[in-house]
Amino acid sequence: MPALCRDCLTTFETGARCPACRSPRVLAHPELFSLSIAHMDCDAFYASVEKRDNPELAAKPVIIGGGRRGVVSTACYIARIKGVRSAMPMFQALKLCPEAVVVKPRMEVYVEVSRQIRALMEELTPSIEPLSLDEAFMDLTGTARLHGHPPAVMLAKLVKRMKSELGVTGSIGLSHNKFLAKIASDLDKPQGFSVIGAAETEDFLRDKPVRMIWGVGQAFQASLESAGIRTFADLRRWEQKELAARFGSSGARLWHLARGQDKRRVSRDSGLKSISNETTFFEDTASADILDGHIWRLSEKVSARAKAKELSGRTVTLKLKTAKFKLLTRRTTLREPTQIADRIYRTARDLFDHAGHDGPFRLIGVGLSDLAPEAAADLSGDLLDPDAGKRAEAERATDTIRARFGKDAILKGRALR
Amino acid sequence: MKFSIERAVLLKAIAQAQSVVERRNTIPILANVLIEAEGDGVQFRATDLDIEVVDKAPAMVEKAGATTVSAVTLHEIVRKLPDGAQVQLSDDVAAGRLTVEAGRSNFQLATLPKEDFPVMASSEYGANFSADAPTLRRLFDKSKFAISTEETRYYLNGVYMHVATGEDGQALRCVATDGHRLARVDAPLPEGAETMPGVIVPRKTVGELRKLLDDDEAKIAVSVSETKVRFATPEITLTSKVIDGTFPDYTRVIPTGNTKKLEVDAAEFAKAVDLVSTVSSERSRAVKLSLDEDRLVLSVNSPDSGAGTAELAVAYGDEHLEIGFNAKYLTEIASQVDRENAVFMFNSAGDPTLMREGSDTSALYVVMPMRV
Repeated sequence: MPALCRDCLTTFETGARCPACRSPRVLAHPELFSLSIAHMDCDAFYASVEKRDNPELAAKPVIIGGGRRGVVSTACYIARIKGVRSAMPMFQALKLCPEAVVVKPRMEVYVEVSRQIRALMEELTPSIEPLSLDEAFMDLTGTARLHGHPPAVMLAKLVKRMKSELGVTGSIGLSHNKFLAKIASDLDKPQGFSVIGAAETEDFLRDKPVRMIWGVGQAFQASLESAGIRTFADLRRWEQKELAARFGSSGARLWHLARGQDKRRVSRDSGLKSISNETTFFEDTASADILDGHIWRLSEKVSARAKAKELSGRTVTLKLKTAKFKLLTRRTTLREPTQIADRIYRTARDLFDHAGHDGPFRLIGVGLSDLAPEAAADLSGDLLDPDAGKRAEAERATDTIRARFGKDAILKGRALR
Repeated sequence: MKFSIERAVLLKAIAQAQSVVERRNTIPILANVLIEAEGDGVQFRATDLDIEVVDKAPAMVEKAGATTVSAVTLHEIVRKLPDGAQVQLSDDVAAGRLTVEAGRSNFQLATLPKEDFPVMASSEYGANFSADAPTLRRLFDKSKFAISTEETRYYLNGVYMHVATGEDGQALRCVATDGHRLARVDAPLPEGAETMPGVIVPRKTVGELRKLLDDDEAKIAVSVSETKVRFATPEITLTSKVIDGTFPDYTRVIPTGNTKKLEVDAAEFAKAVDLVSTVSSERSRAVKLSLDEDRLVLSVNSPDSGAGTAELAVAYGDEHLEIGFNAKYLTEIASQVDRENAVFMFNSAGDPTLMREGSDTSALYVVMPMRV
């Protein structure tokens, strides 16, 4: 059986230890050198970055997130032992792990590290589909000759370099399609490398719960359960037509996934349709001043993510949830795509002023969609707003300063509201 | 109500009414035209609550009365009737039907009570004056292309008509801008217009108004108040609310220090811009102008689809300049020039550019460059 040492990258034929360096971190699988669709997922990404930048945190449980009404965005593995999970409300997390150090997210830094990881991935293949800052699909089909090594070796090398050069660890899932690669990367975290071959696919899936499927959330899971579907084996007993009739287009997709089939290609653009950020308030508010501050900070976040992805968007959306949980969305399309926080803010602020609701609100969100490459963005000025160009220049200068001295090196007054 | 009317006369009257009616609306009566017969004429009234058009036509009225009926249906029927037909309309109030008869055709249309029809409240017009159709035509035709469609800056969704001091004294001025280009057109101030408040005439009203202005001999009675504007010919009265907002101070947008002068045949220029921009498949096609002494090179470079250049002999005597524009804005502006050369005044690649028609100072355009 082909085998690979994850420490020194030596390839050999079976063995519990690497013949070259005697490491026990050996990966062996019959299809190891023929599979080429991979999913890379960083291990507790935000927390790892924080621990890297602040060694004092290394041995402590760390939670990234903010506010009492906020949620956990990432918990380090020490905190996870105590039961802390992503998306868990902060008060609950702190109940489980009172000694945890809560760190406010430093998005700009994560974006920068994500860019560096992306650069490493680019050396492997141009076919990368980022799902978020810390995970991406890669298609390495046909790259073996270019690199002189099969994909598995290059992927092991990638995580090795991420650890040594960037100080963050990641887990790799390698399989024959995206669906399985994503499942695989989660099997052996952290610092994992899991392989699901074509021959073992059906056996592997049989007793796994259907909630493993990306897109099967709580609600969908409940309706599947009411149809008696809990595992992949249950799912496989259904005819394709029946599934489609009962669950619509997602039912038809399930039929294929139940058999481990997934024809979606790894493609750079398909992943992202919009960039948005939202925030739930500590307490409901109707204050235009407070909301204005939020609109600005959210616009800055959306802009930072768009800039990191080298994207821009033509449509700006404002989302408001009232204290009574009524959802309002307002959107407008600009003449040309933008990635400038100032333009996103001004547009969102205008939408807010004409939203036709005085609040109080419990949530506000800002989004950018109808995405376009950044080369098409912000090309023409506005006659009626001659200072817009100057503000955009100031923003770019601010970005440069922040990249060097950190996010808080320079702030707008309105960010403090 | 009962009257008969010539098909061509009816068609003309009803055509204007049905174009005001909103195709998609939730209030049924707004889809209808109010028909009022009295004396020796009939009046057709239609509204979308922002614009009201009243069209008078001569008819043989047998019995005075009024009713409302679907404007679009009636228009379609009349349009399909043979030319020269005599059309008879009569209503049956009890049955709620309007009968339309012409030759051997007979239609029964559902009506809604005339009392339900919203009539626009009258306004105190502070200024009343008369203007020639060609004058108004020029003012609006040359400015309307720059009207914005952006909803957030709703106060740009129309033409700002106001009194201003032009280069030849007091003027009736129309300005429109969408933030990327601006058009400013002047006409000699008609008598009686001096006291006119500045109003923003909505885009749709500009479109409807245009239909009154085809006749070169026509005199248009214009009435303006703070909230409404009215344009009337002897047959048609168009009343419209104006946009409730403040038009921005456009004067500070018009560059005064541009010194680099380019003179070019407008038609040739527009053609060349259109030609080179063909290679670009992007939504906003950028064209680059490279200027050297008496020579203009237009070029488009689209990473996805290719590149193209075209050269024109022009009059230009300043230093080398490269500046980019949205191709559509350039062709639209150049096509405003009717007789003379287009005269462009540039400053730098980042500053607004000015365009005039030859030595004519009554029309002026500004266009914002684009990074290329």
